[in-house]
Amino acid sequence: MTVKQKTLKKGGKLGEVLRSREISLLLVMVLLCVVIQWRSGGTFFTPGVITQLAQNYAYTAVLTFGMLLVLLIGGIDISIASTLAFSGMASSMLMQHGFLTNPFMVFLVSTLIGLGCGLIIGLVIAKGKVLPIIATLGFQYIVRGLTYVISDSKWVSSDEMLPAFTQFSLDSFLGIPYLAWIFLVLFVIVLLVLKWTEFGRQIYAVGSNAEAAKISGINIDRIKILVYSINGAIAGLAGAMFTSKYASAQSNMATGAEMDVIAACVIGGVSLNGGQGNAVGALLGVITIAIISKSLSLVGIDAFWQQALKGVIILLAVAVNVLVQRNNDREVLKGREI
Amino acid sequence: MATKSGRTIAHIKQRSVGSVLLRWESILFLIFLAVNIVNYSLSPDKYFNTSNLLRGLRETLVSGMIVFPMAFILLLGDIDLSVGGNVCLSATVLGLVYNASGSIWLGILAAVATGTVCGLINGLLLTRFTELAPMVVTLATNILYRGISEGILGDTATKGMQKVDWFKSLYFGKLGDIYYILIIFLVLAVIFGLVMHKTVFGRQMFAVGENKRAAKYAGIGVEKIRLIVFTLAGFMCGITAMFYCAKTGSVMSNAAEGYELDAICVCVLGGISTAGGKGTLPGAMIAFFTIALLKYGLGLVNIKGQIINVIIGALLVVVVMIPTVQDLIKKHRIKK
Amino acid sequence: MAETILELHGITKIFPGVRALDQVQFDLRAGEIHALMGENGAGKSTFIKVIMGVHQAEEGQMLLYGQPVHFKSTRDAQKAGIAAIYQHVTAYPHLTVAENIFTGHLKKRFGIVQWKQMYEEADSLLKELNADFDSRALMGSLSVAQQQMVEIAKALSVHARIIIMDEPTAALTKRESEELYRITRKLRDEGVSIIFISHRFEDMYALASRVTVFRDSRYIGTYDVNGITNADLIKAMVGREINELFPKPKVELGEEVLRVEGLSRTGYFKDVSFHVRKGEILGLTGLVGARRTEVVQTIFGAEKLTAGKIFLEGQPVKIRRPAEAMKLGIGLLPENRQIEGLILDWGIGRNITLTELKSFVQGIFLNEKKENLVSKQLAEQVDTKAVTVFDKASSLSGGNQQKVVVAKALGSDFKVLILDEPTKGVDVGAKAAIYEIMGELAQAGYAIVMISSEMPEILGMCDRIVVMCEGRVSGELSREEATQEKILELAMLKQTATEGSV
Repeated sequence: MTVKQKTLKKGGKLGEVLRSREISLLLVMVLLCVVIQWRSGGTFFTPGVITQLAQNYAYTAVLTFGMLLVLLIGGIDISIASTLAFSGMASSMLMQHGFLTNPFMVFLVSTLIGLGCGLIIGLVIAKGKVLPIIATLGFQYIVRGLTYVISDSKWVSSDEMLPAFTQFSLDSFLGIPYLAWIFLVLFVIVLLVLKWTEFGRQIYAVGSNAEAAKISGINIDRIKILVYSINGAIAGLAGAMFTSKYASAQSNMATGAEMDVIAACVIGGVSLNGGQGNAVGALLGVITIAIISKSLSLVGIDAFWQQALKGVIILLAVAVNVLVQRNNDREVLKGREI
Repeated sequence: MATKSGRTIAHIKQRSVGSVLLRWESILFLIFLAVNIVNYSLSPDKYFNTSNLLRGLRETLVSGMIVFPMAFILLLGDIDLSVGGNVCLSATVLGLVYNASGSIWLGILAAVATGTVCGLINGLLLTRFTELAPMVVTLATNILYRGISEGILGDTATKGMQKVDWFKSLYFGKLGDIYYILIIFLVLAVIFGLVMHKTVFGRQMFAVGENKRAAKYAGIGVEKIRLIVFTLAGFMCGITAMFYCAKTGSVMSNAAEGYELDAICVCVLGGISTAGGKGTLPGAMIAFFTIALLKYGLGLVNIKGQIINVIIGALLVVVVMIPTVQDLIKKHRIKK
Repeated sequence: MAETILELHGITKIFPGVRALDQVQFDLRAGEIHALMGENGAGKSTFIKVIMGVHQAEEGQMLLYGQPVHFKSTRDAQKAGIAAIYQHVTAYPHLTVAENIFTGHLKKRFGIVQWKQMYEEADSLLKELNADFDSRALMGSLSVAQQQMVEIAKALSVHARIIIMDEPTAALTKRESEELYRITRKLRDEGVSIIFISHRFEDMYALASRVTVFRDSRYIGTYDVNGITNADLIKAMVGREINELFPKPKVELGEEVLRVEGLSRTGYFKDVSFHVRKGEILGLTGLVGARRTEVVQTIFGAEKLTAGKIFLEGQPVKIRRPAEAMKLGIGLLPENRQIEGLILDWGIGRNITLTELKSFVQGIFLNEKKENLVSKQLAEQVDTKAVTVFDKASSLSGGNQQKVVVAKALGSDFKVLILDEPTKGVDVGAKAAIYEIMGELAQAGYAIVMISSEMPEILGMCDRIVVMCEGRVSGELSREEATQEKILELAMLKQTATEGSV
């Protein structure tokens, strides 16, 4: 029974590698931090810098968890930055005109507006059978355009916002900024939902093999609509976080954020083919992106080079992944007796 | 080996009126006409003014150059999100080389070389690491190419290219009433169209886009074709950068932002599916001119560009849902 | 006589343009294994999907334990105790075995997925089936046979009283099939009723007590397995008797055309040598997993070889990609014709000319008129059932698709033709036509290598037979000395050896 034993071993090995993916990413990140800490003369790991980092990248992190869900079902959404801007703008304008008097309500309304956008996108993709990249490309134009339309290309400035709302992004609880709390809570929710609920497992099933999922009695359209709606809601939430953080709402805000978010997912080991990836990876990915962006100036490289470096790191991350996989496959082949 | 059953197979296509009318290009053409009618009724005295019309069209031609290589790339079932970054970097190089050497020729050469190399890098990455999704790779190289431009330029601009008259006239110059750039655009459209639909290479691209494995087993060098097309896309980015510099005379690191999505939008609207293997270049051209005229016509009545984007986005989403709706109607009829 | 638990009457299912099922009937008794047979396209798979609620029939009635039922989704069918194991293994490669078993009915408490309980229950189900792998293994790391076992465990996990198996033995080795028979019989003895769909007569004889035949979307009849002969069954399936299946002409063998020596590819096969002569049909056979397809893919340049030499007409040649092989005169008709052999969405004409586009170039452009004319002639040469050369390849039956692939090869100037499972998925009628074409090709001077798993066609068509086993050549037989038993012995050579040593 040698043949069968080999298969067993192979399965174990493959599982091991997959499980250790997050570990290896963590190691790389730690190494990165050590180098930065050393090169920056100890100015990186200070509570001030970390807090600032957490506040600046909280909205990106939040978006990353939404994108994670979308990528897991094998989809993609490049309209999230537009949804963010639209919900952020709409909720800020409601605040400006005195319809919203409670900062909590601003967050809620922004999230609901995002939910609405996501729901429509989900319907177009699931029921209209439009490829996700195309549908969300269209909605990127539509929703961003609508942001300009409702605002008449004007800003909502900080003195037109509730003081409590703009203050929210500056305050913290237990030494951790509220904005960071939001993404930490969201992280835990996404982590738990993906691993421990039927809905979470259905997301993986749809992304791993949609045809099989259908036969298993999973309503694929429903899952798609739900996931895009959740992603929209998260983008709406990020809209309120963004306007609170920058104490203004502009029609062009967060343009191109989707690229950072997809990049964070890719670095975190989320496959664009669906079915592979998890919340821990996504979190590590977004932290990596944040560290790169912040650290360059600290280690004496012109901050203008950070985008280029980001590009290189994404390429390296995916290329290394492929090389490791190839090496793995080769080992398996070599081990196969003929 | 004679035909045993005496069966014959026809080899001449019967074109029925219905099949012609149901073609994607015909639907697009109706939309094109509708856009013209709407535009005309909105501003009857201004719309068909030749010089206005041509100037309006010219606005869209620079980014429109990207449509040609994007059509090829989508046809292969690939995608290239890096063209915006590539145009930006190539244009930056053009400005820098011109300012350093004083020779616009050298600048153009450097820009085209830069664009081509960037395209080649995309191609090499994708053909050496065939496991990688083109969306991920070109997303990263887009950030990289634009990032290099940003690293070089910082928040400054490189300018002065319009001091060379003939260079400026690449965008502003005319032959009779027609702008040079429009002539070049149309010539490129014909060339790319012929390559796509009338040559071996074109047919092989369709085969690769439909089914890479079958293409490979038919002896087609799938990866070779992909490499050529991505490199060609890079080359066209260099050319586009040239026109960009002629138009604006200065380059900042946000140059050509969003060109990739505009080009993809035109192609998809024109019937070139992102899934590969489907579509025609004439279709993409009708879509291109529809959008261009829409922008021009609505601009005449002072509708802002952002609202036009809403219309374009809506058009895209609605148009790609047409096949699904047709299917639904068909099913409904059968049930009856 | 056992009671009838499932009954279907007058089932009609219409897809746009076709009647996939036309007034079909079927009945299943408690604790019986009931075989369902028919040519490809006879409507078997659609029928199953109707039972499972994947499709809803336009007409007809289904009775479960005498009660009329209407399944709107697979879930309804599962709840009623019916489970299906589909032809293509429908697994989630990135997920664990346990999750594959329980997807659709995860174990939950207060909405929380109970992983520990699932792993335990999955392990006990697997143990019941004598499986040798853990429920925590990733599905993607298992062999096809193991994955099928998971599918069966899945059916058991919902306590299905009726299990439908769609071509379960298609991808299994003989030994794995025996294992499947054992499990299937065990299930029957425990009172489960089984609908077993297969192309193989041996499956039917080994398991079933009754057999129902479909033809052209219609019900033909239900017979007792004991009282029916192969000939009767074939007649029922194709609607006519087939006498001369193997029209192998006598061909004078010419010079040696292709010779391979010591071909190896790490992890796939080792030390493979054979040769083929002009006018000869060489059979390459073995069980699934013998790596025959991998060998010819490597010869064709689609995969890299790690060692060995290829000689063409006595000259050593290097082949790095399919284009080079084709230029040298080696053509491959791939096994998976719908994926590797054809572009299904294209007309048959364009498929045929794809490999030889260069010959239609005038100046720099393609001459499509000439192209269409040539493809017409080639398609007629192999007697393709099509109306025009613009008919989509996907609209053709399996047999006619195979003819198009042959026509495609005829358009090129090949010396060697490698046919990988040329009659797989081809119905009985079209098979004969393909054999006839093969005979003619040999007469025309082609050297032919045919990979096949079907014993009768190997014995009936080949001049010489090379048998492979787990990546090595285990023997060679001439047409005269070859028998079914000898081939099987060689094909299982290595497996028995390993078994002996353990």
